[in-house]
Amino acid sequence: MSVHLQIFVQLLQSASECVLVLLAAGTGFRERLSSLLLFEHYNTRIVLLGATLLGLAAGLVGCFTLLRRRALVGDALSHATLPGVGLAFLLAPLMGFDGSSRLVLLAGAAASGIAGAVAILFIRSLPRLKEDAALGIVLSVFFGAGVALLTVVQQVPAGRAAGLDRYIFGQTASMTAADARLIALTAALVALLIGLNFRSLTLLCFDEGYAAARGYSISLLDLLLMSLVVLITMIGLQAVGLILMIAMLVIPAAAARFWTNRLWVMLLISGLIGGLSGFFGALLSALFADLPSGAVIVLTCGVLFFGSLLLGRERGVLVRSMRRSELAAAIDREHLLRGIWELRESAGEESASESDRRAAGFEELLNLRSWSAGRLRAQIRKASAEGLVWLNSLGAVELTRRGVMEAERLVHHHRLWELYLITHADVAASRVDREADAIEHVLEPELIARLEELLLQRQRGSAIPASPHDIAGAAVQQSVAAVQEDRRK
Amino acid sequence: MSNPAIPLSIQDLTVAWHRRPVIWDVEFDVSPGRLVGIVGPNGAGKSTLLKAVMDLVPKASGRVEIFGQPWHAARHRVGYVPQRESVDWDFPVSVLDVVTMGLYGQIGWFGRVRRRHREAARRALEQVGIGELADRQISQLSGGQQQRTFLARALVQEADLYLMDEPFAAVDAATEQAIVEILRSMRAAGRTAVVIHHDLHTVPDYFDSVVLLNMRVVAEGPTQEVFTRENLERTYGGRLTLLEEATEALRRREQRL
Repeated sequence: MSVHLQIFVQLLQSASECVLVLLAAGTGFRERLSSLLLFEHYNTRIVLLGATLLGLAAGLVGCFTLLRRRALVGDALSHATLPGVGLAFLLAPLMGFDGSSRLVLLAGAAASGIAGAVAILFIRSLPRLKEDAALGIVLSVFFGAGVALLTVVQQVPAGRAAGLDRYIFGQTASMTAADARLIALTAALVALLIGLNFRSLTLLCFDEGYAAARGYSISLLDLLLMSLVVLITMIGLQAVGLILMIAMLVIPAAAARFWTNRLWVMLLISGLIGGLSGFFGALLSALFADLPSGAVIVLTCGVLFFGSLLLGRERGVLVRSMRRSELAAAIDREHLLRGIWELRESAGEESASESDRRAAGFEELLNLRSWSAGRLRAQIRKASAEGLVWLNSLGAVELTRRGVMEAERLVHHHRLWELYLITHADVAASRVDREADAIEHVLEPELIARLEELLLQRQRGSAIPASPHDIAGAAVQQSVAAVQEDRRK
Repeated sequence: MSNPAIPLSIQDLTVAWHRRPVIWDVEFDVSPGRLVGIVGPNGAGKSTLLKAVMDLVPKASGRVEIFGQPWHAARHRVGYVPQRESVDWDFPVSVLDVVTMGLYGQIGWFGRVRRRHREAARRALEQVGIGELADRQISQLSGGQQQRTFLARALVQEADLYLMDEPFAAVDAATEQAIVEILRSMRAAGRTAVVIHHDLHTVPDYFDSVVLLNMRVVAEGPTQEVFTRENLERTYGGRLTLLEEATEALRRREQRL
């Protein structure tokens, strides 16, 4: 729940920012577009490369934080980097470094991010305080400290020029070649760490208790995961900014989950979605001057998320609704075939011709169940397309030879299950039809085999047990009695 | 004191865990090659006992020895089957992946999963009767199949002592039978299993010895001698009001600290 809500809030924030800027978008759009698409400027290439690599690495790390159900840790840690930026700027000159050097600032960010991670682990270990409290405390206290420090920085003469506040919302355009190199190195380091610790991280996320029993240190692994988050945040500060960084850690992984059930495929897809978002986000933000890059990157990410949610091959909404309607149609078809078969069975031998014995009128079928005329008609059409039934000269729905075979198989399953319910689960005979209905559609072959073994010792050879309720009347009670007798032995 | 022939020796074990049931002064030895059932009502501290043995929860006092060694030195000789409900079965891994986790100790932190590892994992799956499910995603498993997967993960480790937390909980009859057969073949191979169990009817059938636990050990020993109506009544009947009150008082005091 919280992850989806969070994604929604993030997108809303980004969308509103973009709309504002778009309204103010200036001229020269076409020239900018063509120059961007041709990668004319060295600078554009750098920015696009940096943003893509950032998205890719964030997508990889995000998979593990998501599966560890610690998606919000990213939010707390990215906020925790802010005081480090301010402190580094103020303290570096005292130690003989250049306070406005980006490397110094990012080192400060990483250090305070790690401090935040340790604080979270510590608070969580205290009795009576849970994860959410730890995250809330670390996020707000560190961010508060960061905001206070930035205010102090603004009052230092050199501080205003350093433009530290761009770390809050991100500014891709200011990326230099050195920055891109740092992003590339960090992304490679992150990928390497994930590759080396892939199994341990998987075990941590899947089964913490077992991991601990096998001698893995859960706190160390958690610290590793959090350090990865801090590394990502550190390089993301510039492009996306700390407020929206969490989106890059959550959305690609959440989107990837719709596409696959395999972890390493999920990592690849998540990295891909993150990389694409970084690329197109940075591209769009360069197209429209002043469009905030962080917001556009996150928005692109959001579009990919909604696309995945709809189209995802494993768990997308479309695939799932298709599967559901396929199941519903299969159930309707089974009802139709069984309905015709049972109607004729109860009519008994009085029907003259053979074809009569396999056909049922539309009205008869309609009254059989609570289906609408339209649904029944559609089902008849479908079944006749599959060659299971046909409309005979009298206008009745008649089973084909294949239809008869299929119907007999279905009735067989249905009756077996009914018998089981009556004899082994003590369900009243009058109710048993409905209960059998709900389950018979999902019976698997091995289960059918076990039911047969259980119920049909007396009647082996006979294809179809008689119905235990009033379709067929008294003959049936025999089979129930036979089974009950078997059970008594 | 320490006897390398004794798979599990627990002395004077007390666990005080904030807000959780507590175990007091637990003391028993498990002889090699036996199937031992741990039986007791809900909240009797059965899971806590296993977790304390594995150092997953802090001990207030007492000592646990595995084959005469402390836990951390003998860990590799122990296979653990956690409760099935303890993990998210929607996790994106296959059945074979889960079973291979049992081999991570052998493979090493940075080693590669090789063909012989995968083959060992497949053999373990065959052994628990779900070899054909190896490549399925775990969310497609039934409860019984999930339990068999966990069992295979422990089996593949080829441990000498197995600790199992409610392996029979909510599984179908066929799975229950399969687990029992595996336990028996373990015993035949000289291995030892300590199993938390909740179904009293099957205790005499499944286990050589039992530990009747209700915050403290009510009785322990060979099943025929110990698994008596009288002992069961002492384990299940009547709540241990005095002990519970003492626990409660301890908890309150802890909170004030």
